Amino acid sequence: MSRLTERFRQGGVFVWFSGTLLAFCLAMILSLVGYIVAKGMGYFWPSPLVQVQTTEGPVLGEITGHEPARREETEKIQFRVGNRDIYGQDFRWIPTAELGQPQYPKDALLIERLEYGPFIGRIASLSREGQQFATGPAALAEALQRLPEANRQRHHIQSIEKGEVGDLNRRIEKLRLSRRKVEASGDAAAQQALEAQVAALQTTYDQLQTSLETARAEAKAWTLNLQTADGKVKEWPLGSVVRVIPANDLTGLGKLGIYLSRLWEFVADDPRESNTEGGIFPAIFGTVMMVLVMSILVVPLGVITALYLREYAKQGWLVRAVRVAVNNLAGVPSIVFGVFGLGFFVYGLGGSIDKLFFAESLPTPTYGTGGILWASLTLALLTVPVVVVATEEALGAVARSQREASLAMGATKWQTLWNVVLPSATPGILTGLILAIARGAGEVAPLMLTGVVKLAPSMPLDGTFPFFHLDRKFMHLGFHIYDVGFQSPNSEAAKPMVFMAALLLLLVVVLLNLFALNLRRKLRERLGGSTF
Amino acid sequence: MEIEDPRPVPEPVHLQMPPPESGLRPASFVKPDLPLTDPAVLTSPTMVQVERLNLFYGQKQALFDVDLKVARNSVMSFIGPSGCGKSTLLRCLNRMNDLIDDVRVEGRILLGDTDLYAPGTDVIALRKRAGMVFQKSNPFPKSIFENVAYGLRIQGESDRNVLAASVERSLKSAGLWEEVKDRLKDSAQGLSGGQQQRLCIARALAVRPEVILMDEPCSALDPIATARVEELILELKREFTIVIVTHNMQQAARVSDHTAFFWMGKLIETGLTEKMFTNPGHRMTEDYITGRFG
Repeated sequence: MSRLTERFRQGGVFVWFSGTLLAFCLAMILSLVGYIVAKGMGYFWPSPLVQVQTTEGPVLGEITGHEPARREETEKIQFRVGNRDIYGQDFRWIPTAELGQPQYPKDALLIERLEYGPFIGRIASLSREGQQFATGPAALAEALQRLPEANRQRHHIQSIEKGEVGDLNRRIEKLRLSRRKVEASGDAAAQQALEAQVAALQTTYDQLQTSLETARAEAKAWTLNLQTADGKVKEWPLGSVVRVIPANDLTGLGKLGIYLSRLWEFVADDPRESNTEGGIFPAIFGTVMMVLVMSILVVPLGVITALYLREYAKQGWLVRAVRVAVNNLAGVPSIVFGVFGLGFFVYGLGGSIDKLFFAESLPTPTYGTGGILWASLTLALLTVPVVVVATEEALGAVARSQREASLAMGATKWQTLWNVVLPSATPGILTGLILAIARGAGEVAPLMLTGVVKLAPSMPLDGTFPFFHLDRKFMHLGFHIYDVGFQSPNSEAAKPMVFMAALLLLLVVVLLNLFALNLRRKLRERLGGSTF
Repeated sequence: MEIEDPRPVPEPVHLQMPPPESGLRPASFVKPDLPLTDPAVLTSPTMVQVERLNLFYGQKQALFDVDLKVARNSVMSFIGPSGCGKSTLLRCLNRMNDLIDDVRVEGRILLGDTDLYAPGTDVIALRKRAGMVFQKSNPFPKSIFENVAYGLRIQGESDRNVLAASVERSLKSAGLWEEVKDRLKDSAQGLSGGQQQRLCIARALAVRPEVILMDEPCSALDPIATARVEELILELKREFTIVIVTHNMQQAARVSDHTAFFWMGKLIETGLTEKMFTNPGHRMTEDYITGRFG
């Protein structure tokens, strides 16, 4: 008894207690990240194709799930059989009792396609413009050889469609709007000039379309004749094949190559098939862009507010009330900010901007609809309390002797703030920014109302003047997770994508934070030691 | 986070004085009607003149009817126990007390011909005329060059040559030039304590003030650095008028021409340092100087 009280008195027990709690927290964080990594990273590793004999015929696919026997339900295994265009679904549950001996046929292929998900089966033959070119293993070899060229062609067509055609479309649209303006003014000569310009553009457009048609026809020249395990046949153009994977005939190195190529596609490519396949590059880009714009907006807003509150305002009940209100702002549910952003920024501000500057394109809104500017502004409002609080603390922590030194030199209050106080407070302000980024990058709800879409046709930053398009809608990793996981028509197949997107979102937040931390460290070194 | 209270912490006064009824205390101790002033001070031209100065922190009175004159191109030191008001008076001379809420000042302070506390006085312009060096060296977290150039920069000077000339001259005056001329771009916070304090002096010199106010400039320095600053004070006397607050009797004796002794917000005695230390006119001064209290 006395030994126990003695231990309590010395506090050893509390060290253990707090240490245990810390370990618990760490374990939770690690298991969160570990779960996401384990669920997501394995997705790209090619798994073997298993062929089994069932009462309904042979089934070929990847094993993706297992359900033990429970009450009247028997033990079942989930197969990813692919071929959605043929079977209507990607997955099949098969009772273990019906399974025969599993086989791993060497010639089984998993063919990733642009549409309908993967095809799982075999290549029967390869044709060129309807003429059979090769059959059996020769067809596979030939297809593998021709695939890179086909992919190159497809990318070429896509880049023309997105780049030049898109650019032409925008120019024609612009001309259409100016024609509307001119029509209203009734200037016949100007109208004719515009008309001529449109005609010229139209000709270029038609030429482009023709060359595109030829390219598309060329891409369709080679076709694969595919055959499923149960004998169904499908013709598929080689141009719409992404990858051909002989899953059971791969060395470890080959598997690694496929893994890396899939990973790269995921990080660097555009999404396909309503986001359930392909990459998520636009979402990564949109997230980073939005956080950067938010940072640019939130720092001046928060710092100036904090400067006034701390340095200029007379400290009384009013300032205390404002401080409490700002802190409470941090506790308001984010969707409320979303509603405010939609009502005030998008409809109010954006609507007015449209009326004033973009009247010719009405009723199509330019700024009067969600866009990266409004989303960033809404998030800036959401995160401004964090920056205000951090800045106020940083200002309070600047040594009084520094201010006195400056004031005694005959500096005004503003000069002292600008030249001495603010530079010393910068690391603390950056701490606020880091917290704001951490909060802002993970926020989804307000963005859904103010500018995030599931698929954005163009990026907020590109090669068209004025390069940075604040009015454009954008994609966001957080929303992407929600969309792919819960709104997609094929959420079962997209589940691993959810984990990968979550992992990438974590990575983006970590990288943005590291960037800010590094900046703060550099500043601190320059300031030669600070309390923050 | 703890926010620093801008007001100075009133230091408790521990005086081992004989109780009043012992009869040892002279009548003038309670309320000195006229501080003992050496006539020599009055004959040289006056730089700073304090007339019947009363200062209140809220309800608490910190200075009582202080009358004082500081002669041009001389060093005046303020001595007295902690909390006696010597720093408060020093901070009146460039109106740094304005930064504290709830300070009320009565009386008059003349810097040259300017009445510091007259309504409409340009405090910013005034502070350029009265430079200040603080107890703890407080260089800005900038380069050595930028520290010294700060005063001119905030006055709008941007000509690189003018700034460089001013920095060099000030650093030379502060006896720091030889030590730092090759690393002007380095951070000032890499300097030693004594160098930092001399940098702060150079920074104050750069705007060519008339008076330099030093608030215990050597209290955080080692003896060698202290000796250097003291030498510097003696050199600077030729160009500037210096008022220094110190706790160190020897320092006051070594560097100052005149000394003023404060106790409990009152100026007890002021006069030529030599006389103050050898033959003080006041019993309290003698007790303090000889270390019998304080």
